[in-house]
Amino acid sequence: MTRHASKAAYLNEIRGLITKMHNASIGAAYRVKVITRFAAHSFIAVHNKTGLRLSYHWAALVYVLLTYFSLVPISFAADDPRPLEVKEVAPGVFVHKGINALMLAENGGAIANVGFVVGAQSVAVIDTGGSRRQGEALLKSIEQHTDLPVRWVINTHVHPDHVFGNAAFLGRDVAFVGHVRLPDALQQRFEHYLAANRASMTERLLAGTELVLPTETVADVRQIDLGGRILTLRAWPVAHTDSDLTVFDETTGTLFSGDLVFLEHLPSIDGSLRGWQKALDGLAAIPATRVVPGHGPIDSPWPAAIEPERRYFDALAKDLKTAIDAGIPLATAVQTAGEGERGDWLLFDQFNMRNATAAYAELEWE
Amino acid sequence: MTLSTFTAAVAALVMGIGLSAGTAIAQSVVAPAGAETDEVWSGLVTDVFDGRPMQDGAGIIELEAPYRAEDAAIVPMAMNVKLPPNDTRSIRKVTLVIDQNPAPVAAVFELGEKAGIERIETRVRVNMYSKVHAVAEASDGTLYMTEKFVKASGGCSAPANKDAVAALKNLGQMKLRQFAAATPAPGTERREAQVMLRHPQYSGLQMDQVTRNYIPAWFISDLTVRQGEDMLLKVSGGISLSEDPNIRFSYLSNGADTITVDAIDTEQKVFRSSFPVENGGS
Ligand SMILES: [Zn+2]
Repeated sequence: MTRHASKAAYLNEIRGLITKMHNASIGAAYRVKVITRFAAHSFIAVHNKTGLRLSYHWAALVYVLLTYFSLVPISFAADDPRPLEVKEVAPGVFVHKGINALMLAENGGAIANVGFVVGAQSVAVIDTGGSRRQGEALLKSIEQHTDLPVRWVINTHVHPDHVFGNAAFLGRDVAFVGHVRLPDALQQRFEHYLAANRASMTERLLAGTELVLPTETVADVRQIDLGGRILTLRAWPVAHTDSDLTVFDETTGTLFSGDLVFLEHLPSIDGSLRGWQKALDGLAAIPATRVVPGHGPIDSPWPAAIEPERRYFDALAKDLKTAIDAGIPLATAVQTAGEGERGDWLLFDQFNMRNATAAYAELEWE
Repeated sequence: MTLSTFTAAVAALVMGIGLSAGTAIAQSVVAPAGAETDEVWSGLVTDVFDGRPMQDGAGIIELEAPYRAEDAAIVPMAMNVKLPPNDTRSIRKVTLVIDQNPAPVAAVFELGEKAGIERIETRVRVNMYSKVHAVAEASDGTLYMTEKFVKASGGCSAPANKDAVAALKNLGQMKLRQFAAATPAPGTERREAQVMLRHPQYSGLQMDQVTRNYIPAWFISDLTVRQGEDMLLKVSGGISLSEDPNIRFSYLSNGADTITVDAIDTEQKVFRSSFPVENGGS
């Protein structure tokens, strides 16, 4: 058993072990090892009657036990996550509603709507959330609602709040499915997303989050059978991103639109404004009765749900065309374009100028 | 456990939480400290400018950069250059540097001797929180520097292409926009032009899905704009210039009736177009 030169050295070791244990990717076996180790330390300490050292041993043991069994709320203790809260919006269709915010430490990246559909034989997951941890929480939630195995993990596009949870489903007999251009998009962007979100979400909350590429891709339309339940996957031309995929559950008329539909939360344009405007007509033709948008209320009427974003896109395009025709440079034009829509959206300041920038660069070629 | 032991335990517990939380907070702060970036900049002064001394650019070069990179792939930057009226020198070169980018030198702009360029706007990729430097070189070799700090964009914006397939399909398409300058100088015809060239500007960070090899960087290395025979502007660019390079600048007309743009990329592909000078701009 290691002896410690000083109280500081001992505390350092405790801190190191606790930090490692906080790491969400470390399993129960490691925790048992840590607890056993502290118990052994404490036993020796009791026998040596080393006053101060003893008290720190006890402190560490109490702390580890409290953390492990979650007897007290310790906000930063990243234990196994609790099952993700989901709502059954239609029979066999479960959705977790993301909050309207940027990915931050306090929301664990859980900002997108994610869900799963249960058939007679298997389960399909639609988007996995903003961290491996959220993916694990989603998996727990699935296990609470069904004994059937997850066979499909579908990503609606490349953005981190939709794909960061993928790693939670590794090591299972699942197919990861995405748009035919998703592998490229992920390869180009994933490292950057990880670095950028470490800054806002902390390293610890992103522990174990890793790049998981699709094992199957969709170039046009593909149907998957969950057992008496068909999901129709459709790949779209460049719109929100260059890897947008929708999932339609015919049984209940539920459309998972991914980020092709935003409600309340201002849309973010990371593909093509014109492409997205065009896609709206194609989307509206889908015979759904409800939509689960990528962001916003999880059970929204269809196709009325696309009208707010259609109006925003039209207003933004009109403002930008006027500015471009008048020779107003990009940096100036983006200060005011789309401003008339401000009152109708959340996160307007976070996304409008970005949208205007990307759309200006697109529209000036027209 | 005695009461005093328990008290000590609680104290240590609280301390443990404090220490652990402290670690987490320290890890979450990634904005580089001033000292660190200055180190980066002094390294760049050595590598890019051979360690030559830098004068304060106030009044000679001004850099316009947004407070935050809204879209990491398209960040507008503008440089205004002007020497005092009695100064007999001219500004011959402007270098734009994004300190924290993988390839910090975004572009070197050489200004034509009689071009009278006073403003250059372009668009760059900004990977993370970064200082941005603009350096003007006068005809006597003196360097003038100014800097801005640009905050990184949000976590779902990447300095990547929006539509890689379209970028290839439209490769080499060129457009010239012409504007009448807002403030014409007396006795001269000051105008503005904007050169737009379709090019994917691959950064060398993309991977080929089939071969699993990195696609080599592929970008416009040189772009020259002439009015008649006179050079207006020569741009030596790198991967930090945004997809579809876009350069807008003010200049003095020499009365020529055509503007010609010649560009070459790192694969030696040549792009060339001539445009008639429009009367009065658009
Ligand atoms: Zn998205």
